[in-house]
Amino acid sequence: MKQIKQIIDQPLLEVVLSRLCHQLLENHTPFDNTVLLGLQPRGIQLADRIKARLEKIIGQKVPLGYLDTTFHRDDFRRRSSPLTASTTNVPFLIEDKEVILVDDVLYTGRTVRAAMDAMITFGRPSKVELLVLINRKYARHLPVEADYIGQSVNTLDSQRVEVLWEEQGDQDGVWLSNKQENKA
Amino acid sequence: MNALRSKHLLGIKDLSGEEIQLIFQTADSFKEVINRPIKKVPSLRDITIANVFFENSTRTRLSFELAEKRLSADVVNFSSSGSSVKKGETLLDTVNNILAMKVDMVVMRHASPGAPHFLAKHIQANVVNAGDGTHEHPTQALLDTYSIYSKFGSVEGKKVAIIGDILHSRVALSNIFALQKLGAQVMVCGPATLLPRYVKQLGVQVSLDVREALEWCDIANVLRIQLERQQVKYFPSLREYSLYYGINLKLLNSLSKPITIMHPGPINRGVELSSDVADSEHAIILDQVENGVAVRMAVLYLLASKHQN
Repeated sequence: MKQIKQIIDQPLLEVVLSRLCHQLLENHTPFDNTVLLGLQPRGIQLADRIKARLEKIIGQKVPLGYLDTTFHRDDFRRRSSPLTASTTNVPFLIEDKEVILVDDVLYTGRTVRAAMDAMITFGRPSKVELLVLINRKYARHLPVEADYIGQSVNTLDSQRVEVLWEEQGDQDGVWLSNKQENKA
Repeated sequence: MNALRSKHLLGIKDLSGEEIQLIFQTADSFKEVINRPIKKVPSLRDITIANVFFENSTRTRLSFELAEKRLSADVVNFSSSGSSVKKGETLLDTVNNILAMKVDMVVMRHASPGAPHFLAKHIQANVVNAGDGTHEHPTQALLDTYSIYSKFGSVEGKKVAIIGDILHSRVALSNIFALQKLGAQVMVCGPATLLPRYVKQLGVQVSLDVREALEWCDIANVLRIQLERQQVKYFPSLREYSLYYGINLKLLNSLSKPITIMHPGPINRGVELSSDVADSEHAIILDQVENGVAVRMAVLYLLASKHQN
């Protein structure tokens, strides 16, 4: 039987994004030494939204890069087929910058570990923080926690959290489903 | 498609167009990696690769070694000169001895066509053909076609003339296969004595006139005269070859359109290419060298995922 549950709908998403941006501003204003790094492939839409909102609020450009972690993952060759890399586009050096890693879901923590490994190939940041839309609690394999959290949820390993965006032709929102019963 | 079908790369003939596209897509990612301040990723940190070269090579071996090191693999190099091969050891014995030292992949160049195919049948490790006699040189063909794809955005529909010593070239055969699989049209051009007898059966056009080939093509891939493979004289002199088949700037400027010049190296300057062409904006020879590292990283990365622990 299909079991799909919506965790965040469109109006709530607006509120959550707004709160996350104001939390960032609280810690990083005037935002002139801070950069955003969206994690490929699913963190970049969230990063785009955060960047657009921040720029609207503070009236200045916020540097944003896309970071792919494929070649730094620890599960290479433990999968049946190779991981396909997405584009990395980091058009700035992160040396001495305050970096905010942005991803849609924090689950095992392995992607974030790989992201930190990939990130330091662009320089040594002065500080790194993590922003996620969804924090899957009690699911961590590594000691990784987020600094900014949209919403925390209790999930089972057999469940999947899916974040959908208007830009991809879907309705904005976050859904919880069983692994074989995805919303899209 | 996100995986290669075989655990070896022995020739372009065995690859599909889709597999070549997958290699290009992966090479795009590695090209970005090798332009970072830190050009290294840890993908192959638990893999040991032996570069086994039974024939001389500078750029191919260097390119493979760089690709392997940028993927964090452990690398050992073997060349037959000064080795036990000179004492009569067989190919299989040599390689088995290397494998006994827990090597996972073998990159091999050999003077005998089919040597890497023989090896692949007898050993567990992944085998990459880095050139087998006059047969195939798959990674060179991949980097050549990738260079066209990088410059033009697509290989499909392009007209490519391969000019020079086709008879003794492994690059020519692999290039013909790769270009055709990606939808390009191919012409080969050279003196009649340096064209294989049945080359037309590969579905390529043939010309003996270099001007005709250059007027026809968008891209000219100029090959070196392989004097070391020629047991008899195939043309009267290098000077005469240069007069009839050498490409210089005057010839290029007299064409009705600009064309792109490629060369797999090493160049015999003043023979098949004059320096004013080799160093001009028409040539993408150094791009080919850079792309070679990215393409070889892609091949090794994709094959390593097929390695059984």
